[in-house]
Amino acid sequence: MATYKPVVVQAFPKLGERITQDTLYWRGYKTPVQIKEFGAVNKIDFSPVSPYNYAVTASSRIHIYGRYSQEPIKTFSRFKDAAYGATYRDDGNLLVAGSEEGSIRLFDVSGRAPLRQFDGHAKPVHVVGFLSDKYRIFSGADDYSSNLWDIPSATEIVSYSEHNDYVRCGCASKVNADVFITGSYDHTVKLFDARRKSSVMTIEHGHPVESVLLFPSGGLLVSAGGRYVKVWDVLKGGQLLVSLKNHHKTVTCLCLNSSGQRLLSGSLDRHVKIYSTTSYKVVHSFNYATSILSLALSPEDETIVVGMTNGVLNVKHRKPEERKVKSQKKRQPAYRTYVKGRTYMPKQEDFCVSKPVKRVLRKYDKLLKSFQSSKALDAVLEPPIRLYSPEVTVAVMQELHRRGTLRSALAGRDEKQVNLLLTFVARRVIEPRFTSVLVTVADIITDIYQPVVGQSAIVDRQFLRLQEAIGKEIDYQEELLEVLGMMDALFATFTKKRATYLEENRSNGLTETIETNMN
Amino acid sequence: MAAPATLRVVRCGGGTLHGARAVFSVDAYLLCASGDFVKMYSVATEKTLRVMGGHGDLVTGIQLNPHNHMQLYSSSLDGSIKLWDFMDGIPIKTFTVGSKLLALYALASFEDSVFVVIPKSGERDTFQLVSVKLTKAAGQDLEAKELSVVLDGVDASPKCIAFGREGEYVASVKEVNLQVYFFKRKQLNRFSVSAAKTKSGNNHFMCIACHPTEDCIATGHADGKIRLWRNFYHKKEYTFSTLHWHHDTVMDLAFSLQGSSLLSGGVESVIVLWRNESEHQRDFLPRLGSAIEYISMSPDGTLCCTLHTDNRITIINSNLRFSRSIQGLIKSTNVKTGLVVDPRTKALVLNGEPGHLQFYCLQSDQQLFSLDIVQRQYIHQAGLNQTDLVKVAFSAQGEWLATVEEREEVTDPELQLKLWFYDEETQSFKLNTRISMPHEDHITDMCFRDMDEVEDESLILVTTGSDCVFKVWVMVEDTDPEGKLCVSWSCDFVGSYHNYQATNCCFSEDGSLLAVSFEETVTVWDSVTWDLKCTFCYSPGKIRNICFGRLTCSKYLIGATDHGFLCCWNLLSCALEWSAYLNIVVLQPDPLSEHIAAISWLSKDSSLFVFKPNEPRPIYIQRNFCKEKIQLAVFVPREEPETIGSAKYLWLRRSQLFFLTATQELITLSTKSLEERLTPSSKQLAVEDSLPVTPFSLLLGKHRRHQSQEDIDLGKLVVCNKPEQDSPAVKELLHTPAHVLPSASFLCPVFINSLLISKGNTSAEEVADEVEMESEKTEDDSDEERDVTEMEQEDTSPVELLGEITCKLSKSQEKELRKLRKMDYSWISAF
Repeated sequence: MATYKPVVVQAFPKLGERITQDTLYWRGYKTPVQIKEFGAVNKIDFSPVSPYNYAVTASSRIHIYGRYSQEPIKTFSRFKDAAYGATYRDDGNLLVAGSEEGSIRLFDVSGRAPLRQFDGHAKPVHVVGFLSDKYRIFSGADDYSSNLWDIPSATEIVSYSEHNDYVRCGCASKVNADVFITGSYDHTVKLFDARRKSSVMTIEHGHPVESVLLFPSGGLLVSAGGRYVKVWDVLKGGQLLVSLKNHHKTVTCLCLNSSGQRLLSGSLDRHVKIYSTTSYKVVHSFNYATSILSLALSPEDETIVVGMTNGVLNVKHRKPEERKVKSQKKRQPAYRTYVKGRTYMPKQEDFCVSKPVKRVLRKYDKLLKSFQSSKALDAVLEPPIRLYSPEVTVAVMQELHRRGTLRSALAGRDEKQVNLLLTFVARRVIEPRFTSVLVTVADIITDIYQPVVGQSAIVDRQFLRLQEAIGKEIDYQEELLEVLGMMDALFATFTKKRATYLEENRSNGLTETIETNMN
Repeated sequence: MAAPATLRVVRCGGGTLHGARAVFSVDAYLLCASGDFVKMYSVATEKTLRVMGGHGDLVTGIQLNPHNHMQLYSSSLDGSIKLWDFMDGIPIKTFTVGSKLLALYALASFEDSVFVVIPKSGERDTFQLVSVKLTKAAGQDLEAKELSVVLDGVDASPKCIAFGREGEYVASVKEVNLQVYFFKRKQLNRFSVSAAKTKSGNNHFMCIACHPTEDCIATGHADGKIRLWRNFYHKKEYTFSTLHWHHDTVMDLAFSLQGSSLLSGGVESVIVLWRNESEHQRDFLPRLGSAIEYISMSPDGTLCCTLHTDNRITIINSNLRFSRSIQGLIKSTNVKTGLVVDPRTKALVLNGEPGHLQFYCLQSDQQLFSLDIVQRQYIHQAGLNQTDLVKVAFSAQGEWLATVEEREEVTDPELQLKLWFYDEETQSFKLNTRISMPHEDHITDMCFRDMDEVEDESLILVTTGSDCVFKVWVMVEDTDPEGKLCVSWSCDFVGSYHNYQATNCCFSEDGSLLAVSFEETVTVWDSVTWDLKCTFCYSPGKIRNICFGRLTCSKYLIGATDHGFLCCWNLLSCALEWSAYLNIVVLQPDPLSEHIAAISWLSKDSSLFVFKPNEPRPIYIQRNFCKEKIQLAVFVPREEPETIGSAKYLWLRRSQLFFLTATQELITLSTKSLEERLTPSSKQLAVEDSLPVTPFSLLLGKHRRHQSQEDIDLGKLVVCNKPEQDSPAVKELLHTPAHVLPSASFLCPVFINSLLISKGNTSAEEVADEVEMESEKTEDDSDEERDVTEMEQEDTSPVELLGEITCKLSKSQEKELRKLRKMDYSWISAF
């Protein structure tokens, strides 16, 4: 003998991104704080030491923000023109920045006036940074050269003029104090060793390089330029490991998360994509309002700061770990009560009487079990089910239709209930997963309540709304079909062309060989 | 073994159980009419204990003999009443009545007669209730011609007549009339209800039951009402009350033993218990699976049993608790899934109860399990379109199961394709993927790529639909970022051919080719690239069935068209190899050999052709083997190849062929004769069903039987031990707990006896030798035998004089001697 089988509520696969550990992790940020800067934000750098202040370079100023402050703690504004690429030293005490006029300035974080000024570049310096020995600075400038400076003496150590376009990005190795890399608009990334007179390695990126990054191990190099992010194996002599093309506009900035497991890239297409560094698949992405120029992630991923072209600084803080809030509940029975008798092991001669498992049925199931169709429909038209799980309502309607009692369940309702039903139908009928059932329901409702149309203004309005919704949906579907037709035509032409193109190629090849023979 | 001339058509899976009400015997056995047989079930174990065959047609009634509760009357359409000793399954007597018997009633108050319903001679569709006098003459086959008409114009259904309290009156209903006949007063009262057509049907009488102690008649009506009639002694002042719960026909009624409650059942498959004949005091036992046909009570009133239309027996406790159900092959109204063999259990798989898939074991005639596919509540109500299972396919190893369920709808059918994975842990199928609306229209066929040894990745499912496409479904492995592997199915390829409806699909044996038939054309596709390789057409006529040849004949493709052609195409030359003019309805290849069975239907009867694709001449033809249209057929691999004498039937060696007819009868072909088929099972039953017999009593009984046999067989020279008797004796001895065993001294001879190697036919001389040896041994046995031994010692040539000597022996001595002779001492020679 079978037991009652509850109504099957069709589960539909969730469209869109699947919820993974990554999405949960990266979604765990609060709503962003927007800070207006004076110009496009070209560089954001976090101080490596607590309390993790960050320096934002925008226009002719460098602002230093605290972790939660919306106002800058400190401002360096002694630049005549734009400042570029303010970067912290490893100990978080010094800050270096390039500028439009070609000079590089070194600031003490606590001071105001620059400690040193390095002059030598003829054009704007867009990239500066400390080598990992803390006493030298590398820089890249629009005069195609990249220089190395000594901090104590404020003199140039060496100058490399190997790029033949603007040098716009660079990065120092954390492993070797002599190694740094620069990326240039001449499509190359060059690796320099301070002990040598020329570059050690040149990597052809293929597009103007906007950003470079070295992995903490120093073995892998990431370059971004054009729409591509490319990962290179430095130890294998600059072999391309993987080329990622996930943005549809130029990628402007790169960043690693604190654990080094995820790579972030920001682009002019307003997206920040997060890649896993093991599979190089996009695991999550963020949307922003405008094109992104710079991006930084604080240690422990506490804060994501994104700078945009319109000068807006977007700061996201991670939500604090949710702690189980221990509310003062009413006194519950002691633990003993629950385990009473549970630990008793039956002896062999004992006769066990098992308690029948009580199956809990939902209210509508109970009513359906006793064939009370109208009441079952009422039960699923209650607000919580109707509003938050419409699939249950629709499943019960379908079940009633299956039992042949849908008409009688829908009939005999007063103005308020009809209004409720029609509101539900008009709202949900356009959802593809409910359409087939709700069209039947709408059909029956119009059939039953046709004679009373005109008696109630509310019901009439709902009927009109239903008509409007269906009309809109039909128009939409027509448009979609049109688009589909267009795309079909496009695809058809594309495939044909490729086929002919191949043939042409072949014939070209043939003619060429013939020609060479002739010659 | 001599090969029989023809194959016999054997029914299996049992006939319809609902020919008559089931009968409980006093000692908790349940007797049911099942087709031509009467089956006995044990209520405790649900096992079929005995099948009593002998009637030549459908059994229409069974009743316990009211004077001897170990005997059973059964009536049949072949016009005979049989009296059985059902404990031993022996027919005691057969009474031939002569005309068709439609129902049987036996009453305690009528000494030597039973009541039967027979058709009235000369008139069609008119039946009468007659009493038959059963003569007490000796002999097995008797004529019972003494008929006396009791009631005229009764209904043919056995449910429409009931006998009242201690046989004082008989009540019968037909259409809107109720008639009651009082035996003593010889008075006939007629009552009728006014014929009224209501929304739910008419108020015709459907069934009747009489109160066991009071004068009260309960009648069930087609509109779901139950009427309780009283005071029907008077023609005018009768009264009745109405009980109404059923929304459809009341199929059967039964009073409890004391009559305090009434049970009713109907199409709703709910059994309703009415207490004290009151409208409001009622209990229900719902969801019994299918419509209730008959209800019967056990004589002690503790159990009640319902027979259902789908051949199921449900046993219910008196407090309306479901106790157990006895189910063999469940008969669904329409087997849409076809017959499929589960590769894992070798069970036959087909539609079971609505929305379920039944796994039916052919060997044990039992349902192994029922898999709920649709997983929705089935509403037992006529005229409802409910989801049903239409297609089933297993992968080669039985790991995957694909099912298609469908609900007929005016606008468009509701379709679901489900893929189930066999879970080793739970030993059952688990739903893996559910695809709603896999096709726009009905799915016409479905098959897996059948590759035995290749790994899972090659598993492909193909479905064909009336929406003019066939779809290829493949397994997709999906990894979460956490690295959890999960498998699901998705569509890989959609193929179509000139917008024709796809009707059948079939993979070649190696899985490299897929044949899909589109109306009149067969298309062959490469299963790797999904390119159309070639097309075959044999117009006119649409393709009904296609299949590939196997093993040595794998280069052939067979197709049957609905214009009556069977065609064989050669795939290498892409040409028609041969064709035959036959109206083939079923085409079934044997999975273990090259043979293909084709069943044709010619207006009246079905014929079977077995052939190999490489030659147009069939290997075996059996014409007109079944009067009914064969709907489905399947080859079921045998567990071990059978030894078949005749070369003609070699195709049956490795697989057995089963058919399903239009009336849902499962039949098979057998080379064995009826006796051979029945004996082994009945022998097993003889040991199994003797429930009260303990091993001890068995042992004792054997001993006694032994002794009595010796006494009887004294005249015979040699009594040989049957080898098959030995092993049970030893087994019993070794398996019986020590505390119930008799003393060792008693058991010893029995045990030794059973160990001895018997000599089949020892010649007379050998026997004589033995006697001599034995006699030498007996020398010092006893003083009484002294004289015998002395006499023997005197003889110089005992062999020659043996005959005379034995003649001189006294009776008791002779007995002793024979006993000794019977003992085989040949084992001594081993030492």
